[in-house]
Amino acid sequence: MKIYRVNMTEGKVTTEDVKEDYAALGGRGLTSQIIADEVKPNCNPIGAKNKLVIAPGLLSGTNAPSSGRLSVGTKSPLTGGIKESNAGGTAAQKLAKLGVKAIVVEGKPKDGKFYTMMVNKNGVKLEDSSADLLGKGNYEVMEKMQKELGEDVSVMSIGQAGEYKLQSASIAVSDPEGRPTRHCGRGGTGAVMGSKGLKTIVIDDTDAPGVSIVDKDAFKKSARALAKALLDHPVCGEGLPEYGTSILINILNESGGLPTQNFRRGRFEGADEISGETIAEVINERGGNTTHACHPGCVMRCSQIYNDKDGNYLTGGFEYETIWGFGANSEVDDIDAIAKMDRICDDVGVDTIEMATTIGVAMEAGVIEFGDAEGAIDLLKEIGKGTPIGRIIGNGTGFTAKAFGVTRVPVVKNQGIPAYDPRAVKGVGVTYATSTMGADHTAGYAVTSNILDIGGTVDPLDKEGQIDLSRDLQIATAAVDSTGLCVFAAFAILDNDEALPAVVDMLNAQYGLELEVGDVTELGKSILKVERDFNTRAGFDNTDDRLPDFFVEEECSPYDVKFDITDKELDEVYDF
Amino acid sequence: MEVTVRLFATLKDLLPEDKKKISIELEAGSTVNEVIEYFEIPQEKPLIIKVNGRHGSKSTILEDRDRVGIFPPVGGG
Repeated sequence: MKIYRVNMTEGKVTTEDVKEDYAALGGRGLTSQIIADEVKPNCNPIGAKNKLVIAPGLLSGTNAPSSGRLSVGTKSPLTGGIKESNAGGTAAQKLAKLGVKAIVVEGKPKDGKFYTMMVNKNGVKLEDSSADLLGKGNYEVMEKMQKELGEDVSVMSIGQAGEYKLQSASIAVSDPEGRPTRHCGRGGTGAVMGSKGLKTIVIDDTDAPGVSIVDKDAFKKSARALAKALLDHPVCGEGLPEYGTSILINILNESGGLPTQNFRRGRFEGADEISGETIAEVINERGGNTTHACHPGCVMRCSQIYNDKDGNYLTGGFEYETIWGFGANSEVDDIDAIAKMDRICDDVGVDTIEMATTIGVAMEAGVIEFGDAEGAIDLLKEIGKGTPIGRIIGNGTGFTAKAFGVTRVPVVKNQGIPAYDPRAVKGVGVTYATSTMGADHTAGYAVTSNILDIGGTVDPLDKEGQIDLSRDLQIATAAVDSTGLCVFAAFAILDNDEALPAVVDMLNAQYGLELEVGDVTELGKSILKVERDFNTRAGFDNTDDRLPDFFVEEECSPYDVKFDITDKELDEVYDF
Repeated sequence: MEVTVRLFATLKDLLPEDKKKISIELEAGSTVNEVIEYFEIPQEKPLIIKVNGRHGSKSTILEDRDRVGIFPPVGGG
């Protein structure tokens, strides 16, 4: 395998062998290590000194089930700290098949132009694409690239938000149909890509050598064991394929943890209208698809294709977080309006979670009223136009709050808080506060034991046990994020003792290693330490590992709970 | 006593058509298991049970006007 270094200042590509220290790293483990090793922590995130590292997971490109996740690492323009944002789609598998361990993009073009990076069996090449693609949204860009280069190529691209270097800009990754429905959403990675003058990355794996595996028989056996564990698990094998992630709307609403009206309360009167059950009915009535894989070989297939009233494609990858944020948190119960907002975000290239909390804050500020779906759609459209209000919104929740003088601002490390109220789901509250990534539910998804009875049960309203739960999950997740496995594989890993050994056996069979299950935990710990050390060098300290005051001061109904985990207790997360 | 029951995901078809919830009469001291039997949900089926939004189980003893939510295993994120 090799690492490509693409210097945008000089327009030069060099190929490097993988140094020994990086051999056993992939995905998040590798992107975070390279950023920590090479990027000055106090650099301007959209300046020439920041880097963008793109890496498939350790198992990507093999036939391991659900292993097609891609990691992008950088210093985040949104948080100012280290960032790994991962996405599904087809890029990771193709990169791995081409023998690409990572692509490191550095520098900044002097000419202010935008380029297309072509990655194929011959290597990496840059082409000036300013005339063709500048100012275009992700849907048009992807369609154009596939028309030109074949519908099997994978495309990563930025929309207008990335060109404008807005802090919530995402990097879109094409799904198996070639649409921009999968995103490295969080932390503004799209702004960094834009700052490097990169509009698209096109990956063509025609005649790729494929992934080499040391012991093919052993690999196949373990891959089958993991596939069985996933299919046997009621959530991975049944719940996710049938309803997708928005099945969570009702259970969070029932549990009083569905943030409503900019995190004022934990239940939304219109929850049923935006629930996974309702969405599945709508999708089926209109001839969409409720069971769609975001990358080939995923057995959980939690993505979906959502058609409009006339039966025409409107959006895909329509997730719980998006539906919660533009729905309950904005008091909108019109699912078609929410689908339109999702489509706009995918096209302009912005993180839907960040936009959801931003719209909530804009409503709090009175820019538009709570419940005003059309107003929200109009605000999101402004982002692509580059108007002053569009740029305010596109810079995210914290920025918008400052622009309008709002104090109820649901962010940690300036990143918007996702779809579980930290007062009513305290374990995930600990993760929001302490994650190296800023508020990020996936970094330590304590919703499992708090709400879903997966991996045991920890009372979500009680502070007892939440620190240990979040710490263990954050460590495990950092390791899973390095394999290229979807984070949802963790549901099976938490409940089935055979799943994690199967993952370790696959890694051993592929790379000729002798890892044990305990080594996975050590890997997770070391990744978190590398990330936290970067953040410390960037100026973060313990006081950044806190929730906004209003979660400590205001009660969340229906349980009238506050976030009561102390600062001292939060600091214990890093006792390892 | 009377409890309100909501069934979700694959279980929602066990509710009368177009109903999101129903109230059922149970004898005082009944448990969630009586609700499960009322809807003829197979005993071997894994379930997530919420009583008044809090974690519950089949043996949770119910009180008048309790709110019961029953889910098959669900997840996402």
